[in-house]
Amino acid sequence: MSTPILEMQHITKEFPGVKALNDVSFRVAAGEIHCLVGENGAGKSTLMKVLSGVYPHGSYSGDILFNGQAQKFSGIRDSEKAGIAIIYQELALVPEMTVFENIFLGNEIHNGFTVDWNETIKRATEMLTKVHLDVNPEMKIKDLGVGKQQLIEIAKALSKHVQLLILDEPTAALNETDSENLLDLLRGLKDHGVTCILISHKLKEVISIADSVTVLRDGKTICTLDAHQGEVSEAVLIKHMVGREIDNIYPPRQRMASEEILLEVRNWSAYDPNLGRNVLKEISFNVKKGEIIGFAGLMGSGRTELAKSIFGNPGGYHIQGEMYLRGVQQNFSHPQQAISAGVAYVTEDRKGNGLILIQDVKQNITLANLRAISERGVVDSNAEVKVANEYKTSLNIKTPTVEQTVGNLSGGNQQKVSVAKWLFVKPDLLILDEPTRGIDVGAKYEIYTIMTRLVEQGLSIIMISSELPEILGMSDRVYIVSSGKITGELPAGEATQEKIMHLATN
Amino acid sequence: MSFFRNAQKLLRQNIREYGMYIALFVIMAIFTYTTEGVFISPRNISNLFNQTGYIAILAVGMTLVIVIRHIDLSVGFLAGFLGAVAATALVFWKLPLIVVIVLVLLLGILAGLITSFPVAQLKIPSFVASLAAMLIYRGALVLATIKTGTIVIPDPIFNAIGNGYIPDLPILADFLPNIHKLTLLIGLLAVILFVISEISSRRKKQAYNFEVLSMDMFILKLVFVSALVGGITWVLAGYNGISWTLVIVLVVVALYHFITTQTVLGRHIYAIGGNPEAAELSGISVKNLTYIVFGSMGLLTALSGILFTSRLQSATTTAGTLFELDAIAAAYVGGVSAAGGVGKVTGSIIGALVMMSLTSGMNLMGIDISLQYIVRGAVLVAAVVFDVTTRTSSK
Ligand SMILES: Nc1ncnc2c1ncn2[C@@H]1O[C@H](COP(=O)(O)OP(=O)(O)OP(=O)(O)O)[C@@H](O)[C@H]1O
Ligand SMILES: [Mg+2]
Repeated sequence: MSTPILEMQHITKEFPGVKALNDVSFRVAAGEIHCLVGENGAGKSTLMKVLSGVYPHGSYSGDILFNGQAQKFSGIRDSEKAGIAIIYQELALVPEMTVFENIFLGNEIHNGFTVDWNETIKRATEMLTKVHLDVNPEMKIKDLGVGKQQLIEIAKALSKHVQLLILDEPTAALNETDSENLLDLLRGLKDHGVTCILISHKLKEVISIADSVTVLRDGKTICTLDAHQGEVSEAVLIKHMVGREIDNIYPPRQRMASEEILLEVRNWSAYDPNLGRNVLKEISFNVKKGEIIGFAGLMGSGRTELAKSIFGNPGGYHIQGEMYLRGVQQNFSHPQQAISAGVAYVTEDRKGNGLILIQDVKQNITLANLRAISERGVVDSNAEVKVANEYKTSLNIKTPTVEQTVGNLSGGNQQKVSVAKWLFVKPDLLILDEPTRGIDVGAKYEIYTIMTRLVEQGLSIIMISSELPEILGMSDRVYIVSSGKITGELPAGEATQEKIMHLATN
Repeated sequence: MSFFRNAQKLLRQNIREYGMYIALFVIMAIFTYTTEGVFISPRNISNLFNQTGYIAILAVGMTLVIVIRHIDLSVGFLAGFLGAVAATALVFWKLPLIVVIVLVLLLGILAGLITSFPVAQLKIPSFVASLAAMLIYRGALVLATIKTGTIVIPDPIFNAIGNGYIPDLPILADFLPNIHKLTLLIGLLAVILFVISEISSRRKKQAYNFEVLSMDMFILKLVFVSALVGGITWVLAGYNGISWTLVIVLVVVALYHFITTQTVLGRHIYAIGGNPEAAELSGISVKNLTYIVFGSMGLLTALSGILFTSRLQSATTTAGTLFELDAIAAAYVGGVSAAGGVGKVTGSIIGALVMMSLTSGMNLMGIDISLQYIVRGAVLVAAVVFDVTTRTSSK
């Protein structure tokens, strides 16, 4: 291995009740793309937070050598000064601010006291070209898709003259095209001498881009593999990550095509008064009992809007069209009514509108169905702990106790809590919006297994996903959504990546 | 040795919660020292509780309002105005007492609902909506008292609400003549009930194999709380016993404590405070709960207005001035988080007691009012800083 730009030695970091990192050593060579993989809660994000000074020197034990010098960062500003920039698992842009303001946020270009806006806009435009992003720097962040936001995060990092760029699951929320863009950009940065650490659960992407890969498991380094020695394959990575081999990615299932229709939606259109346009146009589809229906499409194609408009319309759209549940016409005006009718919706944005991060695991799991553990409006807190522990076991949620604050869990484990919450509602129709976002291979398999078990019990599932392999592997039928319209329907046997992509982009 | 280690651990884990009790204790100890014991005298403690009453009631309602990320600035003048309505109804309309009380409480709920209408329906910030309501109620208060000036209330039963004490047991008149026996009895019952319920909840938890306090810590907790309740009862029994104000405050606190910690309604309120979008998607109607929380605030404001008017035995033009700020300060001192979703009713009560102890103690010491404001401001800031720093470091 060439000269290391970074060496982390014997890093140990404890939280109350959890040893997140246990004597981890980690070495990154200058100019390489180094991937960091491991199960949910393995300690990847924590290791990167130690490196970037989010957890300051003194709150962990061990040494950090950057460019050969021992570093004692006491905050993120110190690490930025040294040339390290981190892009977090959860995006950290200010939605109400413009692109250029965000790029130079906290790093404003100023003449004395006043910000030099002209220079800022000029430099921001330069940064945007560097990341091959063609947007007006005066646009607001909230008006851009996640893919573009992610590139803006990188532009922001580049504006700080980084030598080492850390990306924590940057492609988790991106579709394939956007992911490819981003990976290409990283390759380009590498040619300009920027070293990258990339955390990802998408192993294909890891294999395509990594120069070397380090695997963490349970807070320990398992191994570092050199991609140029041909040591890296999906099977090898999975084996190191979970400690055993996983043969099937998708659990076997008996497809029991029932003809009974559970949900039927006809000529469904939705007008969003905030955006001032139609987000859904004349959508018709149905879901049969015991079916898994995949909804494929690009980011922003209207799938989430469709799910929300069915689920009691919390966005306040003006809706036209008809919806029949078990043959009975329904007009849900609040999620409460949808829930009572047996519909559940796991959101794609667990942090924004899925979980209550300041509350603990058990409170989050029971929130949507408190009635089940209460009598005459009084909650039985012992029953609650019991329920929560059952889901902790069955979904393998990694937390010391169910009294742990959800905000302290790793991203993937938060996702599991979010799924558990809606399983506890015991729905007939479960809508999953990007259910495996940020989830490791082992846990994905667990979630797929649960889905399989549920449909075998007669439940129906709508799965919205931007990961085509998952759509193909799990669905009985696939609907393709593009610009708020359904552009195609394919039974499992006929669906292929090419057909879906073709329909999704026309 | 392990006893002290356990105690230390318990203290460290719960420093934020216990910090407030410790602060209250320290403040009381300091005043007891500087006033040579006058502060802790039965008479003063009894007065202190009665003075805290109307602010404590407001603080309870305000806790919920702040938990759901709102604020209600109108409660001070609304309390004053409703007090004036009560006085007018009693003195000029000559309505029976019970009718007056029910009427005023209902008016309170109505006022709360009206204040929250723009908030719940149109998502207007509650700061603005309640500021407007505050101006309106202030005008209404002046209007209600302008012709008559101060309305003096002659009704002895009404005035007993803020000044009277529960009667003693007549049968034991000769036994311990200077001690209020019923008060002692109630204190004793409270302690027994507390011990029994703690033991049974511990048993239940053990049956589920849940973690419980270690035995020595459990006993320490029982002894500590029993001693506290016992001590307060003894002090009160040495004067006139438990006041009606205290009875009302205790009932309100018990009710709200139960609602916030044990019920579905309480869970929904805290869920909204924690993340309104997630709560809405979980089937909780943010709109309805906004009405409920502000309605309860209005109800408690009416109660507070009755207590205050009864205590003064009259309704005045300036009644209720700055009550809202005292209530908000009490909630913040009591650990309610301005970011929403966090805060306990019992904490706010302790907060109210802290603020009132400061006033009472400094009054006894003859400290000038200007300095009093400065000290209270400093304590408010210190309490919030303590709360925020212990919150982040415990992560
Ligand atoms: N602030 C915290 N307080 C308590 N425990 C924490 C905190 N942050 C992380 N942990 C715990 O440390 C462990 C490692 O978490 P980390 O976020 O590093 O996982 P990760 O490898 O990034 O997982 P994922 O792939 O799910 O994002 C987890 O068990 C998590 O619950
Ligand atoms: Mg992570």
